Amino acid sequence: MVTGRDRENSLFKSIDWICIIIYLLLLAAGWISVCGASYDYGQTDFFSFDSRSGKQLVWIGLAVVIGFVIMMLETKIFEMLAHVFYGAMLVLLAVTIVIAPDVKGSHSWLVLGPVSIQPAEFAKFATALAVAKYMNTFQNPELDWKTLARSALFVLTPMILIVLQNETGSALVYLAFFIMFYREGMPGSLLFCALSAVLYFVVGVRFREDMIFPGYSSGGGSALTSGGEFAVLLMIQIFVTAMVFVYTKAFNVFKILAGVGIGGTVLAILFSVFAIPYNVVWMQLILLLASIGIMLFYALRDRIVEYYYIVLFALGSAAFFYSSDYVLNNVMQPHQQARIRVVLGLEEDLSGAGYNVNQAKIAIGSGGLTGKGFLNGTQTKLKYVPEQDTDFIFCTVGEEEGFWGCSLVLVLYACLIIRLVIMAERQVDRFGRVYGYCVLSIFLFHLFINVGMVLGLTPVIGIPLPFFSYGGSSLWGFTILLFVFLKIDSGWSASKR
Amino acid sequence: MRRGSSYNLEKRKFVVIAMTLLIVIAYIMRLFFLQIMSDEYKQHADSNAFQNRVLYPTRGAISDRNGNVMVYNQPAYDVMVVMSEIENLDTLDLCNALNISKDFFVRRMAIIKDRNKNPGYSRYTQQIFLNQLSAEEFSAFHEKMFRFKGFYTQKRSIREYASGIGAHILGDVGEVSTANIEEDPYYQGGDYIGKLGVEKYYEKELRGTKGVEILLRDARGRIKGHYQNGRYDKRPVPGRNLTLGLDKDLQALGERLMEGKIGSIVAIEPSTGEVLCMVSAPSYDPRIMTGRQRGKNHRMLSADPRKPLLNRAIMGQYPPGSTFKTSQALTFLQEGIITPETSYSCSHGFYFKGLHVGCHGHASPLPLQPALGTSCNAYFCWGLYHMINNKHKYGRVQNAMTVWKDYMVSMGFGYKLGIDLAGEKRGLIPNAQFYDKAYKGSWNGLTIISISIGQGEVNLTPLQICNLCATIANRGYYITPHVVKKVEGQDLDPKYTEKHYTKVSRKNYEVVAGGMRRAVLGGTCTGARIPGIEVCGKTGTAQNRGHDHSVFMGFAPMNNPKIAVAVYVENGGFGADYGVPIGSLLIEKYINGKLSPASEAKAALFQSKRISYGDRQR
Repeated sequence: MVTGRDRENSLFKSIDWICIIIYLLLLAAGWISVCGASYDYGQTDFFSFDSRSGKQLVWIGLAVVIGFVIMMLETKIFEMLAHVFYGAMLVLLAVTIVIAPDVKGSHSWLVLGPVSIQPAEFAKFATALAVAKYMNTFQNPELDWKTLARSALFVLTPMILIVLQNETGSALVYLAFFIMFYREGMPGSLLFCALSAVLYFVVGVRFREDMIFPGYSSGGGSALTSGGEFAVLLMIQIFVTAMVFVYTKAFNVFKILAGVGIGGTVLAILFSVFAIPYNVVWMQLILLLASIGIMLFYALRDRIVEYYYIVLFALGSAAFFYSSDYVLNNVMQPHQQARIRVVLGLEEDLSGAGYNVNQAKIAIGSGGLTGKGFLNGTQTKLKYVPEQDTDFIFCTVGEEEGFWGCSLVLVLYACLIIRLVIMAERQVDRFGRVYGYCVLSIFLFHLFINVGMVLGLTPVIGIPLPFFSYGGSSLWGFTILLFVFLKIDSGWSASKR
Repeated sequence: MRRGSSYNLEKRKFVVIAMTLLIVIAYIMRLFFLQIMSDEYKQHADSNAFQNRVLYPTRGAISDRNGNVMVYNQPAYDVMVVMSEIENLDTLDLCNALNISKDFFVRRMAIIKDRNKNPGYSRYTQQIFLNQLSAEEFSAFHEKMFRFKGFYTQKRSIREYASGIGAHILGDVGEVSTANIEEDPYYQGGDYIGKLGVEKYYEKELRGTKGVEILLRDARGRIKGHYQNGRYDKRPVPGRNLTLGLDKDLQALGERLMEGKIGSIVAIEPSTGEVLCMVSAPSYDPRIMTGRQRGKNHRMLSADPRKPLLNRAIMGQYPPGSTFKTSQALTFLQEGIITPETSYSCSHGFYFKGLHVGCHGHASPLPLQPALGTSCNAYFCWGLYHMINNKHKYGRVQNAMTVWKDYMVSMGFGYKLGIDLAGEKRGLIPNAQFYDKAYKGSWNGLTIISISIGQGEVNLTPLQICNLCATIANRGYYITPHVVKKVEGQDLDPKYTEKHYTKVSRKNYEVVAGGMRRAVLGGTCTGARIPGIEVCGKTGTAQNRGHDHSVFMGFAPMNNPKIAVAVYVENGGFGADYGVPIGSLLIEKYINGKLSPASEAKAALFQSKRISYGDRQR
């Protein structure tokens, strides 16, 4: 017989306390940052409900209550009700498109009297549960294409609905689920192809107009090579060479390709700089064709099928890059092009502050090793940094707590994510593991984009930093996401005892 | 996938962990570079960052139709304060230098720091301490400014009026309200915005676009130059100049003649719809609405029981009296109720079924043109009666009323004309539903007979009366009246060039114009006879609870009209008492460019005439 008291005891013991401690530390650090970011001179009371810090404290309190309630529920409930949650959330997302008021062009906030909530923040949790439940019905460790495609449909549906709400940033978060699919057996090459496509596009567009390799003698007047094109072709060359090494293990072919690709490129650059300036890209294309020829030769000679795939990858990469470049620059209208550049963060929105990212970098850069101290940041106080207590909250950490503070926060996130990997791997069934991977993938994606954006490394996509950014919806969304997993995990560790 | 391969998916967790570590390590390296290796960012922020200095554009000037500038800009200076930079301030010294009281200083500082009243407040940015110092006040303060750390001056421009006329048309500018700022983020506290008249209606054209200079400051607040050599600076775009259709001299004469009276004058150039003059009496001097006294003066004007701030030309809704008979004649002719030859008898009024509408003595019976000339009430009562009660043609009275109303609306009555000034009223043209409600469905032509002579429920603005006159001058169409003739570098709104044809044909307009000519030659407005100018006119005497209102509308020359004018003098008595002489003086002035000595004497006489109004709220 398990009495109520025993149950509580066993629950207390079976919770993953490491996770809880990291969670609480992040909450505390987040609140301090919100205090710093929303602080106005002359205001002394952080606990007043009139201030953002006071409100955030209330949201945090409610988040802890939500976490507690989740721990009190039966683990089974989540698996049982997964599809119900998911269906309800899809309806809510669809309804939101219609009834939500227009806030800066997006229709994503539901206004219920004094509070506004963003259903998209809770949809991640419902999607993770539903996809975990669906994938759990297949016990074979090797998932087939069909199952994978169907699981992807679970992810893409809410994603499309959120795009329709005009919240592209929140929708992109659903790409994080592909990390989980990768763990569950999606071929790594697929993930790699997708990542390289994004890389080609962003790099190609961003550096398209930057001309490089000016002639040495002409004093820099005749740079004829587009930086973007050069970088993309170099990437293709490197990827192809590396793939040959990884998939065929043919070291001699690898050496030949590296010599042709890298060596040829270096020579081509030197020729352009010191002899006759020309467009190095032409030489790169010739080198790429040469590499393909070499691979086809070895494919026919050694009858190794992997070469064909690599050739396909090389041709596909080049075709994708040039066709996307053509579509962007020749097919699209100028305003559509500008829109894409702004969405990618490649072009600053001139009607806005004009130098947001630069201001964010200045705020962080001015923090130095130890920071200026709590509430002493001038850059954030002067309101130079936009969205300083939501999407750009990391600026405040950078300015007031410095390098040490920032590093500590990043390490805490790393610990949380790695801890979640360990916990996900120890789940007995696929349901728990898939859900765990969903949770950690979402955290990883938010961390990658949000901090990267503030540091000027990733495109400016407005998504919050988990547990830091001001706002109830995102805080509760992340809390539910995390605590449901803690609850599922506690069931595992209880069963071990 | 990978069927039969020994590949272990669990190993993929290392890929995910590696990805996490890679991202975190890359970001820490980036932070190391930004925060420790590079000094550049630190210097930027250490220098107390940037100072955004707003560059104000000059507001567009306003001139009359002949190029005489009426409103222009004059430099003025604001005193700004940055709270975080105030050090060892000698308050008394500052108050003396600025000629303000210590009390005022304390109050002003409290208001600046109050976020409810000053939403954009920051300790680190410039806040307006005192605005619109004159050049003399400024130079006195500027000498001593080095003693007051944290205080700056900023050059602004304020509006200056060339003369005291045209207050209602020109309007004024004042500081933006909190509501303005919420509506349009372009504005910040302390900015100016058009509050009335053209300044308000053409705010967007006049204001231009603010520019900004992003300056770098060192730790002591000294300007170190432009951020990135001015890459992000924006030059201000000056506002556009406006040319009004107004004739400055005509306006001045109109305002002179309306002194001591309540009422309004509107004059329009019929061929273009441009407003040549628009007087609303009592008026005020627009020059009192600039500078620091604006608030006080504005309060004084709003408290005045005669409401000088009201632009009666477009906001006053009056019974048009007999001037309205022209519109009735046009309707009856077009509907075939009468012909120009139709005569109705009048024996000192309209008597029918116990109803009596009085009239003055004249020959009887009369055809249409003499009836217009003598302004016979009976003629138009009969006309309306025959129209509204014509069951054979319209069926029900309601249908007849609807036809009548459509004619009125086509002439620009009952709805706003759409002049480029804020606050225009629509007047009132009753329709069938209106009377069904008022008389519970039981009414006929007799019940509503007084609308035929411009009394009863009918209300027009002086602008609508003038537009009626311009339409007759044009023989059948009008162009929406407008005050602004030209916006520099921009086309005029197409709605101010479009011709609106009424439902009445040109032929019938000729008849009515002839009637109006007859009124001047030998009818009610013989006072409008001007040697050498063919004037057409129509008087009106609008009944009123108190003394009658004096109304006149007229245009000249009869063929190829240059001006259409409407005069409305509250409690002025017969149309011929005030309306006709004032109207004819304006016509003479505009067409001849000057007044004859005899007319000059007449003008002086009317300028000095006063009508007693009592203290009643108007």
